[in-house]
Amino acid sequence: MLEFYLNGTPIRMDDVEPDLTVLELLRERQHLCGTKEGCASGDCGACTVVVGEVDGGSLKYRAINSCIAFAGSLQGRHLVTVEGLADGETLHPVQQALVDGHGSQCGFCTQGIVMSLFCWQLNGTDRLSAQEALAGNLCRCTGYRPILDAATMLARQAPALPAWSGSPDMMACLAAMPNDVIPAETSGYRRPEDLTSLRAAMKDWPDAHVVAGATDLGLERTQALKRLPKLIDLSRVAELAAIEEGDGYLEVGAAVVYSRLQPYLKTHFPVFAALLSRLGSEQIRQRGTLGGNLGTASPIGDTLPVLLALDAQLCLLGPDAERGMPVSDFFLGYRKTALQAGEIVARIRLPFLAPQRVCKVYKVSKRWEDDISAVLGAFSFSFEAGCFRDVRLAFGGMAATPVLAPAVAAELEGRSQDAIDWSRVEASLAASFQPMSDVRASAGYRLKVAANLLRRAVVETVQPDTATRIFDHA
Amino acid sequence: MRKLVDLPAGAVQAPVAPVLGNDRRHDSAHKHVAGSALYIDDIPETAGMLHVACGKSTQAHAHILSMDLDAVRAHPGVVDIICATDVPGQLDIGPVFPGDPMLANGVVEFVGQPIFAVAATSLRAAREAVRLARIDYEPLPAVLDIEAAMAADSFVRPLHRQVRGDVAAALAEAPHRLSGEQRVGGQEHFYLEGQACIATPSEDGGVFVRTSSQHPTEVQKLVAEVLGVPITEVQVEVRRMGGAFGGKETQAAPLACIAAVLARRTGKSVKYRMPRADDMVMTGKRHDFHNRYEVGFDDDGRLWGADIELCGRCGYSPDLSDAVVDRAMFHADNAYFLDQARVVGHRCKTHTVSNTAFRGFGGPQGMMIIEQAMDDIARYLGKDPLDVRKGNLYRPGQDVTHYGQKIEQHVLPALIDQLEVSADYRQRRESVRAFNAANPILKKGLSLTPVKFGISYTVKHLNQAGALVHIYTDGSIHLNHGGTEMGQGLFVKVSQVVADVFQIDPRWIRVSATRTDKVPNTSPTAASAGSDLNGMAAFNACMTLRQRLVDFACETYGLEPSQVVFSKGRVLLGEREVDWAELIQEAYRGRVSLSATGHYATPRIHYDRTTGTGHPFFYFAHGAACSEVLVDTLTGEYRVLRVDILHDVGRSLNPAIDIGQIEGGFIQGMGWLTTEELVWDADGRLLSNSPANYKIPSVGDTPPDFRVALLAEHPNHETTIYRSKAVGEPPFMLAISVWSALRDAVASLTGYRYCPPLDTPATPERVLWAVEAAQQSQKEAIDADLPVV
Ligand SMILES: Cc1cc2nc3c(=O)[nH]c(=O)nc-3n(C[C@H](O)[C@H](O)[C@H](O)COP(=O)(O)OP(=O)(O)OC[C@H]3O[C@@H](n4cnc5c(N)ncnc54)[C@H](O)[C@@H]3O)c2cc1C
Ligand code: FES
Ligand code: FES
Repeated sequence: MLEFYLNGTPIRMDDVEPDLTVLELLRERQHLCGTKEGCASGDCGACTVVVGEVDGGSLKYRAINSCIAFAGSLQGRHLVTVEGLADGETLHPVQQALVDGHGSQCGFCTQGIVMSLFCWQLNGTDRLSAQEALAGNLCRCTGYRPILDAATMLARQAPALPAWSGSPDMMACLAAMPNDVIPAETSGYRRPEDLTSLRAAMKDWPDAHVVAGATDLGLERTQALKRLPKLIDLSRVAELAAIEEGDGYLEVGAAVVYSRLQPYLKTHFPVFAALLSRLGSEQIRQRGTLGGNLGTASPIGDTLPVLLALDAQLCLLGPDAERGMPVSDFFLGYRKTALQAGEIVARIRLPFLAPQRVCKVYKVSKRWEDDISAVLGAFSFSFEAGCFRDVRLAFGGMAATPVLAPAVAAELEGRSQDAIDWSRVEASLAASFQPMSDVRASAGYRLKVAANLLRRAVVETVQPDTATRIFDHA
Repeated sequence: MRKLVDLPAGAVQAPVAPVLGNDRRHDSAHKHVAGSALYIDDIPETAGMLHVACGKSTQAHAHILSMDLDAVRAHPGVVDIICATDVPGQLDIGPVFPGDPMLANGVVEFVGQPIFAVAATSLRAAREAVRLARIDYEPLPAVLDIEAAMAADSFVRPLHRQVRGDVAAALAEAPHRLSGEQRVGGQEHFYLEGQACIATPSEDGGVFVRTSSQHPTEVQKLVAEVLGVPITEVQVEVRRMGGAFGGKETQAAPLACIAAVLARRTGKSVKYRMPRADDMVMTGKRHDFHNRYEVGFDDDGRLWGADIELCGRCGYSPDLSDAVVDRAMFHADNAYFLDQARVVGHRCKTHTVSNTAFRGFGGPQGMMIIEQAMDDIARYLGKDPLDVRKGNLYRPGQDVTHYGQKIEQHVLPALIDQLEVSADYRQRRESVRAFNAANPILKKGLSLTPVKFGISYTVKHLNQAGALVHIYTDGSIHLNHGGTEMGQGLFVKVSQVVADVFQIDPRWIRVSATRTDKVPNTSPTAASAGSDLNGMAAFNACMTLRQRLVDFACETYGLEPSQVVFSKGRVLLGEREVDWAELIQEAYRGRVSLSATGHYATPRIHYDRTTGTGHPFFYFAHGAACSEVLVDTLTGEYRVLRVDILHDVGRSLNPAIDIGQIEGGFIQGMGWLTTEELVWDADGRLLSNSPANYKIPSVGDTPPDFRVALLAEHPNHETTIYRSKAVGEPPFMLAISVWSALRDAVASLTGYRYCPPLDTPATPERVLWAVEAAQQSQKEAIDADLPVV
């Protein structure tokens, strides 16, 4: 039985298949059709809902894509949909602002925009710009201007809480709900809370898929039409959700969602933080994890070249033991990793950069927001006495896996800007990589841009006054 | 009805302000934000409803040798399967010309073409089942792009020519001559609501269809034809669409036809909703074009002649392509007097999905070529492109288009002057130059381009509309017309027209779903003509009713017609004043018919295909945009920094709605020209088949500085409703200024001496290649010791 709250009302549902999506649950089982399906792939935001979770004595809310979230993830949570905002005929201020500002035309994207703005306002509009909050909500009609204007108005108001927020016992009831969908053994969906029960679950269900945010795995279900009869949800495993600021490193649990990681990166790895703000959308970052990015091991996974450039260390968790591994040993081939059966990524350790080290991360895609990289360059080096040293270059989109480019790095190693022979750099890139021509870019473009990203890194380091960015970040 | 409703005093409120020209909100705005507006997929499902998925061709062109559907049939939940041979009536559902079988019959002509359809108890079951089919093909040679089609003389329709004078002589005599070519990409509609419909069997052998379609009448006719029943046995309702943009003009009908056949066979309601992944592959898109120009001009950049060739990729069937390529030809001049001219339009047949209507309907693709020519002339002469554009505008004396229509209202010269000042064009031109001189890596570009867009369907008989108006005994009004609501605000505009005639608050008017049994034989809601046509039809219906009310009042109260005045929710009857609703009750008691139809047919329009001349457009809508961009010459990435738009909507029925159309159209046009790239592989498979790899503009693409204004004091010179102008499509083409500004930034690398071609969409990759070509050209110029700036 799945137990959760829906717009302030307790819900109990039997016979929930583990791979039912939250959107299907809403539209097909609850007959609440305000939430729309525009793509079922996490790209359009029409399905945006807000999910509240008891965290440190209060309910923390986040906007997510219901189309690729599994229903089991709702256990013990509060699901808020567009139907849950208005008070009878009186619209919520977010809704009213969109009406007043002519923010809807066909209206199909609108509920998703309402939910994104609602959550944005609820969590404090200084945390995120309106643009960042809305980057995962496509609107084909309005051109966004009236929506941004409505957001500007909302930023000046205190968030209004819907009627359900006053319900005193909702939080207590949520906290008291079992962690697992009951009975866990037959529900097909398990949500262990610690490593011991995770290991037990993985032994019980050796054929299960592990899932963290489901921002990749969800598409297997909705796009590739796979059936996923057994899922082990990592998101509540305490050890996988921890972040540690250690002596000389930041250690991140594999199931830490990006949005939680972001402030730590801002402190310790600002260029990584800047990249993260372009990974997917707010809805994706509220669910996606480093573990999932590593687990998918896509050649265009955005964080992976950064982990390579930073020389991150992975801690892998097997049925009985843990083992460590530099991330550079992790990628074996196209979407093939060093993970063995029954093994998962537990933690990622990012060593702090030494003071003289520079790190540069550049993502190039057709669209600035919420797009997959054509090429991603992540570089780290020391710049001393006008020369580049200990150069470490990693690329995404250039090969079957995210890769280091030691031969190219050698062309920069120990040289000053003037001593870099760019034709040799380009030749070395061409010798190192045979990138694909695909829907995102041609092989020629990828090679050219890879070289030019190095040019940009050099210029920014040597001539910091030269303008090189059309946007301020990544 | 024995007793009429009691009327509280002032029941039907007076309008707060003049209803026309008012920023009234979209009639569904409250429902949109509350999530209570119903789209097809939100309609509560009846018990036993079945869901459809189609088995699709994996080949671009092939004979179907055999089909083994046993595994499909055996899949749990599958109830029925149909193939081409199961269609009881006519198989071909081509909207204008034949060529579109409802299901492929022996031959497939594009990857994604539906071959068979499954009805199952759930959408998931239907989708899983269709994957189990085994189909053997014998591949046939496939023509996949425009070049191949031109080489193979592969066309869906014969070419058309518009010729004025002797272009060859003009080119030969002109002091300067330039030529160029361009590839203009297509576009996926990406309406947020995918195609969807529900067909419910009727008790008389027909069906009732609820669909997300811009053209309910055509859905009705085609469904009747595939079922083999009279049209009257099929009724179609469209409440609203979650976006359409032309993509639901013809493309909704096949789903309705398939669902209708399955509904009749199974006796169940059948829903066919396409998941995004199917929608992107199976439905038609904007035509991509390969265009060429050759122009002759003088030292001022004034055209002496233009020879223009437009080749549109139509896909495997004619669909609407004849009219689309025609409209491209009608707009190959955009706003400029070509003088001696030849415009040729080819309709290329390829083994890809059949391309279809999309906002602008070929007009944008045609305009692109002359705008490229304007920029190229400017570079060649070392002039500011704006001056070349201004010098070529239609003006009195040079006011006849290459297809013989006289331009009667010259809006653009003054409009451009006004925008040039309000956008501070000249000053910013200097700043851009200074910025570019100071910055080695980032470059700015600036461009101001106009739009002149012809309003009317180029198929004459479509230029008509009908409306039905009922007044009930409490004074409330039911309004129905043939237009469909896709977000553009048609319903609110037409209800404003009705409210204005009777001077009552528009809240008392309910516009109901578009239905073929209320207003028959309607045209598609397209060609920007929705308000022009349906507004006038509703106006005419209201004028009939108004006349009846006036006649009744004169007769009953012994008044002259001038003594009956409708004002602020009340009616002056000579000395007396009554509530609107009171008059209605009196009229009802007096047995006056309170229901009327209205009809409208656009006057003046004609076009002769044999001569390529006529007056195809009732009038033109105009606008201009000035865009500034910032380009990264290392990656080709760019950003649109500021856009100023001044647009001519005549006298606006609803400025807020019109501005929404302008902003939305502009951003959609910008997407078309920048990030939205359709990519096929060598076998004709669409690779850009999902929003993960087909990128429409997102919120951050909206220019941070976006200034949109309506041209004031310019009522339509023709007698349109309220002297307004159509606004749906024209603003789309304002985005050409973004593309031209990107070229301007690239041209800065050659000291504005030359700009390499920039095909569209101008993705960062294409921009980078243009940057490289410009740098190469500059290097060669320096090496050759040519004078460089
Ligand atoms: C709209 C959209 C936009 C996106 N944009 C980007 C982008 O810009 N850049 C980018 O890089 N990615 C992007 N992604 C992909 C995805 O969000 C990321 O890869 C994310 O990191 C996946 O994390 P997750 O927790 O959601 O993974 P899940 O979907 O839960 O899992 C993904 C895979 O990894 C496995 N897995 C999960 N956790 C672990 C673990 N701890 N150890 C081993 N295996 C594990 C799962 O079994 C599964 O096979 C996007 C996805 C969507 C839907
Ligand atoms: S439906 Fe598009 S993001 Fe979920
Ligand atoms: S209003 Fe139509 S998609 Fe946003």
